[in-house]
Amino acid sequence: MFEILKRTEMAQGSVVLNELSAPQIAAKALPGQFVILRANETGERIPLTMADTNPERGTVTIIYQVVGKSTALFADMKVGERFLDIIGPLGKPTKIENVGTVVCVGGGTGVAVMHPITKALKQAGNHVISIIGSRTKDLLILEDKMKAASHDLHVCTDDGSYGHHGFVTDKLKEMLDSMDVGLVVGIGPVPMMKFVCKMTEQYKVKTLVSLNSIMVDGTGMCGCCRVTVGDQTRFACVDGPEFDGHQVDFNELATRLQAYTQFEKQAMDKYKCECQR
Amino acid sequence: MAQGKDTKEKLPRQAMPEQDPNIRKRNFDEVPTGYTPELAKAEASRCLQCKKPSCVEGCPVSIDIPGFIKYIQEGDFTKAIRKIWEKNSLPAVCGRVCPQEDQCEGSCILAKKGQPVAIGNLERFAADYERNYGSGELPPKKASTGKKVAVVGSGPAGLTVAGDLILKGHEVTVFEAFHKGGGVLVYGIPQFRLPKEIVASELHFLERLGVDIQCNTVVGKTVDVDELFEQGFDAVFIGVGAGLPRFLNVPGENLINIYSANEYLTRANLMKAYLFPEYDTPLAKGKEVVVLGGGNVAMDSARTAMRMGADRVRIVYRRSRDELPARQAEVHHAEEEGIEFYLLTNPTRFIGDDQGWVKGMECIQMELGEPDESGRRRPEPVSGSEFELPCDMVVIAVGSGANPVLTGNTHDLELNKRGYIVADPKTGKTMKKGVWAGGDIVTGAATVILAAGAGRLASDSIHDYLSIGW
Ligand SMILES: Cc1cc2nc3c(=O)[nH]c(=O)nc-3n(C[C@H](O)[C@H](O)[C@H](O)COP(=O)(O)OP(=O)(O)OC[C@H]3O[C@@H](n4cnc5c(N)ncnc54)[C@H](O)[C@@H]3O)c2cc1C
Ligand SMILES: Cc1cc2nc3c(=O)[nH]c(=O)nc-3n(C[C@H](O)[C@H](O)[C@H](O)COP(=O)(O)OP(=O)(O)OC[C@H]3O[C@@H](n4cnc5c(N)ncnc54)[C@H](O)[C@@H]3O)c2cc1C
Ligand code: FES
Repeated sequence: MFEILKRTEMAQGSVVLNELSAPQIAAKALPGQFVILRANETGERIPLTMADTNPERGTVTIIYQVVGKSTALFADMKVGERFLDIIGPLGKPTKIENVGTVVCVGGGTGVAVMHPITKALKQAGNHVISIIGSRTKDLLILEDKMKAASHDLHVCTDDGSYGHHGFVTDKLKEMLDSMDVGLVVGIGPVPMMKFVCKMTEQYKVKTLVSLNSIMVDGTGMCGCCRVTVGDQTRFACVDGPEFDGHQVDFNELATRLQAYTQFEKQAMDKYKCECQR
Repeated sequence: MAQGKDTKEKLPRQAMPEQDPNIRKRNFDEVPTGYTPELAKAEASRCLQCKKPSCVEGCPVSIDIPGFIKYIQEGDFTKAIRKIWEKNSLPAVCGRVCPQEDQCEGSCILAKKGQPVAIGNLERFAADYERNYGSGELPPKKASTGKKVAVVGSGPAGLTVAGDLILKGHEVTVFEAFHKGGGVLVYGIPQFRLPKEIVASELHFLERLGVDIQCNTVVGKTVDVDELFEQGFDAVFIGVGAGLPRFLNVPGENLINIYSANEYLTRANLMKAYLFPEYDTPLAKGKEVVVLGGGNVAMDSARTAMRMGADRVRIVYRRSRDELPARQAEVHHAEEEGIEFYLLTNPTRFIGDDQGWVKGMECIQMELGEPDESGRRRPEPVSGSEFELPCDMVVIAVGSGANPVLTGNTHDLELNKRGYIVADPKTGKTMKKGVWAGGDIVTGAATVILAAGAGRLASDSIHDYLSIGW
């Protein structure tokens, strides 16, 4: 169990896809849910959304950005190696409804999280327009898959190296101005989600976001993942990870994500140093 | 040694050797280092071997206390541990963490005159001796019944059920959400009070008996209770613990470096954050730490913070010293290690710096009024007594509630209004056919021995069900 069956590098190696054997989880998982993985005995428990599942093969696919020690360690694992632990499916699945037109806005690795949700929304009969973005062309992921999962796809890059020159919110504004939108789903870096929500608030369009708070157990036991939603403390792992974006205190989330910056740097430096040996 | 009554009375209670407080407060090694066989025999010789032993009445699982102590007196440590095992399968754990002063030792005849027999220390000695020097011989197992039992949760309740039923010939699988079994014994209670090797050894013992322990399985998510029946299990025991952290709901609670005790202790114990960066999970090191609450969990958090290198650790509790729910021994150990107690004090808000890190706490002085539902005198704020307490880390240890992950996804279970499972106190039977429950998920946060006792009752009832019927 938990063997890596496939490993693909995306976005010039800064993003990695792994297909993993986890039959029990694959049989149960629904769009929007995540798993928690641990590479080895000394490893951290890291939450990652399932970008895809294949119940027949008994596999789940994760796509992650290499940001610190743990994701670097994951990325260094080869086909045939195993994760020590994978638990899931965790979190509430996305509520998939037919609302007419949906705009799916994905940024960075958020696109990976968005993909299964987009597919499900289309299957449910919605007219799905997707907007995906990245800093530059080389960092864009899953363009083809998102194209297949949507009726219409728009690509944005911050530096204009591909598609629309500018932020995903520019494109989103065009959509909101030109048609009746029933729902917006925004998944990506915290600032991106925050600005998507600020914009849709003006148009009074319901907006779902997926929150990447820091987690430990993922089962509502520790309270590490707490976020303020509509003046209430909620746990992203069991009450979410998706919430009504207009209610989320994004500033608090961004602040809490800084909690371990110093430690993370120390861990990463040590890891790099060990790899060079 | 002479066995005359006079010598017995004169011999004082044998203290267990302990690490020096000034040294131990900076390491994670176990605090009391254990009796030697000589000390154990001396302490055992203090037991009066009462005909009607009141200590046994004080023990929630009725261990034959004079019986096992007699074997220690005689130096037959193997027989001593076998005697304990008849009633308690977790003696190395219970000998360390049971509130003996309120249970067996509290009812000991010698307690009336002064110092009760150190029953807990002797239980611990017998278990440790067996683990270190015993033959490792397994108890006999009944012939296979072909019945399969699923145990959900690997805390003391679940482990007791698993151990009992495997010996009775049933097939047992334990499902645990975490990557390691043991429940609060591994993720809550710190290494310096309960070394993790001991819990691991209990689990290994069960595995050698044939119990299948499936970690990384969240029942209610990975698999549901109804699906367990579909997979062929004949009975299910639910021992998922309490496991929902309680917060204070005062402003500023989500500032950085404000932890729930569950998170703080899980990072430290289960994830071994005290060994960072050898282990990858980080944990903040506060200089001025405040722990809120007065139970064992608060003591454990405070002592862990001290070991993580804090300059100053304060326990802030809203009632007075007499109402502290923690074991006396733990309060005493904490004080020896330099933990300060701010009693009759309650936080009203947390104060952050401009980067969102906690830098202080506004508190109010309390006074005690009439007793409340809990029987303890109700604390009431003294108006105008607000003051500020500087701190750079806070651990909230004010209790826990019922975690709804399993109960919210299981049909036909009856829950009480606080979300705990309703189960028959004599058998552990729930309203759902074939399903039993016990431990903290039924009683609310309690103790290891009560959870183990509930497991014992449930396993008897499950055995009856599998042999006779519901
Ligand atoms: C429900 C959920 C789903 C997620 N899905 C994906 C996904 O599909 N793909 C993906 O690339 N990332 C995803 N993330 C984020 C991913 O968990 C973090 O990038 C990862 O934990 C970073 O670990 P690290 O040790 O490599 O980096 P670190 O060095 O630990 O941290 C780098 C940065 O990542 C953030 N971070 C650290 N630990 C966590 C944590 N446990 N959870 C969240 N953020 C953290 C911090 O802001 C930190 O500054 C998800 C997070 C959550 C909560
Ligand atoms: C810090 C701390 C210190 C304590 N000190 C003492 C002490 O000194 N003396 C004493 O007697 N008691 C003490 N206690 C209390 C004692 O530990 C508990 O009462 C006891 O552990 C309860 O046992 P349990 O079997 O009911 O549950 P737990 O020990 O809580 O075990 C439940 C297990 O179930 C697992 N689980 C939960 N949900 C699921 C699910 N859906 N699927 C699968 N698995 C699941 C959990 O991960 C956990 O491993 C302390 C508690 C804490 C937190
Ligand atoms: S991660 Fe522990 S409660 Fe959500």
